[in-house]
Amino acid sequence: MSAKHTVTAFVLAGAVSTALATLAVAAPLTKAEGDAAAAAKKEKCFGVALKGQNDCAAGPGTTCQGTSTADFQGNAWKFVQGGTCTSIELPNGKKGSLKPV
Amino acid sequence: MPLEQNQTFATVFARGLLDPTRPAPPDVAGRDGRSAGRRYDVYRNNVTVSLIEALAAIYPAVQRITGPDFFRAAARCHIRKSPPTSPLLFDYGRDFPAFIEGYEHARELPWLADVARIERGWLDAYHARDAAPLSPARLAAVALDRLADLVFIPHPAAGIVRSQFSAVTIFAANRDTAPVERIDGSTPEDALITRAEFDVTVRHLPPGGAVFATNLMSARPLGEAAASALDAAPDFDLASNIAGLIEAGAFTSIALGDAR
Amino acid sequence: MATATKTNASTAVPLRFPAPIGGVAGTSFKPEHLSAILEAGRQRGFFEVHAENYMGAGGPPHRALEAIRRDHPLSLHGVCMSIGGPQPLDKVHLARFRGLVARYQPALVSEHLAWSTHETSFFNDLLPLPYTEATLRCVCDHIDQVQEAIRRPILLENPSTYVAFRDSTMSETDFIRGVAQRTGCRLLLDVNNVFVSAANHGFSALDYLADFPLSHVAEIHLAGHAEQADDGGALLLIDSHDGPVADAVWTLFEIVIERRGPVPTLIEWDSKIPDWAVLQAEAAAAQAILDRGASSALPAGRHAA
Repeated sequence: MSAKHTVTAFVLAGAVSTALATLAVAAPLTKAEGDAAAAAKKEKCFGVALKGQNDCAAGPGTTCQGTSTADFQGNAWKFVQGGTCTSIELPNGKKGSLKPV
Repeated sequence: MPLEQNQTFATVFARGLLDPTRPAPPDVAGRDGRSAGRRYDVYRNNVTVSLIEALAAIYPAVQRITGPDFFRAAARCHIRKSPPTSPLLFDYGRDFPAFIEGYEHARELPWLADVARIERGWLDAYHARDAAPLSPARLAAVALDRLADLVFIPHPAAGIVRSQFSAVTIFAANRDTAPVERIDGSTPEDALITRAEFDVTVRHLPPGGAVFATNLMSARPLGEAAASALDAAPDFDLASNIAGLIEAGAFTSIALGDAR
Repeated sequence: MATATKTNASTAVPLRFPAPIGGVAGTSFKPEHLSAILEAGRQRGFFEVHAENYMGAGGPPHRALEAIRRDHPLSLHGVCMSIGGPQPLDKVHLARFRGLVARYQPALVSEHLAWSTHETSFFNDLLPLPYTEATLRCVCDHIDQVQEAIRRPILLENPSTYVAFRDSTMSETDFIRGVAQRTGCRLLLDVNNVFVSAANHGFSALDYLADFPLSHVAEIHLAGHAEQADDGGALLLIDSHDGPVADAVWTLFEIVIERRGPVPTLIEWDSKIPDWAVLQAEAAAAQAILDRGASSALPAGRHAA
């Protein structure tokens, strides 16, 4: 590894002191702490109590979900109704739709 | 009906479970000896649907993004190619993100595989071994001139997913039930996944943060990890990243590496 | 490492016959009910979980199970040991199962007369087997291994089936009796499975129960089923576990309790899971039958068939 940057002991000591100060103070946030908190933006995912997955229940019986051989037959885009993918954009104007391929 | 040599009833019965083009096995029957027909299909359905539902439980955001019809069709395709090899279903679907990446019908959603990687990481964190996160006091006790050699021991639940797309934002918006606003999918985003105690938390890492955290988590000393992060992102903020990783519970312990 | 080393709970499992919990009704434990259950406090019933869902290293599943276990007897119900399959048991899975039994000391431990793994593929369904002298030997061998590993008897559950094997040379009840006699295992009688299989194969559920070795039964399962039809338009019942117990199944249950006396009885509900109160009400209905059975029970020894 040929790092372009080196980090001196002095810089490390300063950073660790600042980090410890940030962790010690819960609230209210100073500017620096606010920035640190924003930088480490949290995406909390509460409430996703995961269902048990290994079951001994039988499935839906004689439906065709296990026997169908045709998935899309060339019109995958019809299947995405109800999905949120159309809200997600890429800069080349492509939206997250699923067009026939 | 005698079975061929080295064939068990299970070999014959298993053959058609994930292959709907095969007929029902000849050695099983319905009522009064009639051919099994739809009765065998019940087993095919049980297998297929229960595995689709396992994937839907592991990848709820992916399902919300694509809608259930698309998801179920894609999941079924994956299941037929890669059925589980472990009886623990929370371990299933590790190769589903790679499948999505190569799935022709999902080509227009280039960020979807990374969203799936975050979801897989979320579940791994959920089931990871419990461990107390690193106390800041441990770090405070280290002599300042030894900091460069300090090695951090990763928490069993900690993981990182890097993406060239806005995978963290897309993940967060779709793990919820709130309406999804317009999202620019093109901003590269890296995720830090942790579970310090009860709740799995996904954090969006700042520039250089993923390089820094990955280095620390693979036992590279603090000085080297900081230098690599600065190489990757000149505006890398060392103090806030150290604080952020400790606050997130990314580590359990520290140790002094070899003096160099 | 200066950390204290804990004895691995799975290395030394003492031989243990847990105290019987008697004729109480229990319910499947589902994580979405955890807060409602804890709020209600200690109750008379027991809870049953699928062992495999608690085979992760740590995290919320174990915290939930510990909280449940603190105040209630636990039943550990394995769903993927593949005891009925021709291939050797998965040693790694068996070790995990043993570890879980040692950790939670459940009042009841059960598995299925079925298989789910073939070669390396795990199918996540309870698949049927032919009933022959060869499969009987194989199942007994597998049960011996499980009981050896956990150092206590298991309860083996009768399956619900949709097809029959042309090669079978004995009835399901003869097969199950043979297993119980040769291995010393106890039985989990799923009354709904009896009803489902009887309808699907056109035999009498009462005849089946009359021939079932009731004296070996140490737990009963009750669950809801769904109605469909096969290719010939004949009624095909699906063991869906997604609704209340059917009236006919309640009747069979009462008959079993009259003959056998009260045993721990579980309301199984695994799909379209309702509020906790709904499950509780089903369990209360089972408890009423069990209590009636207890008050009218013949003196001990008389109903050992």
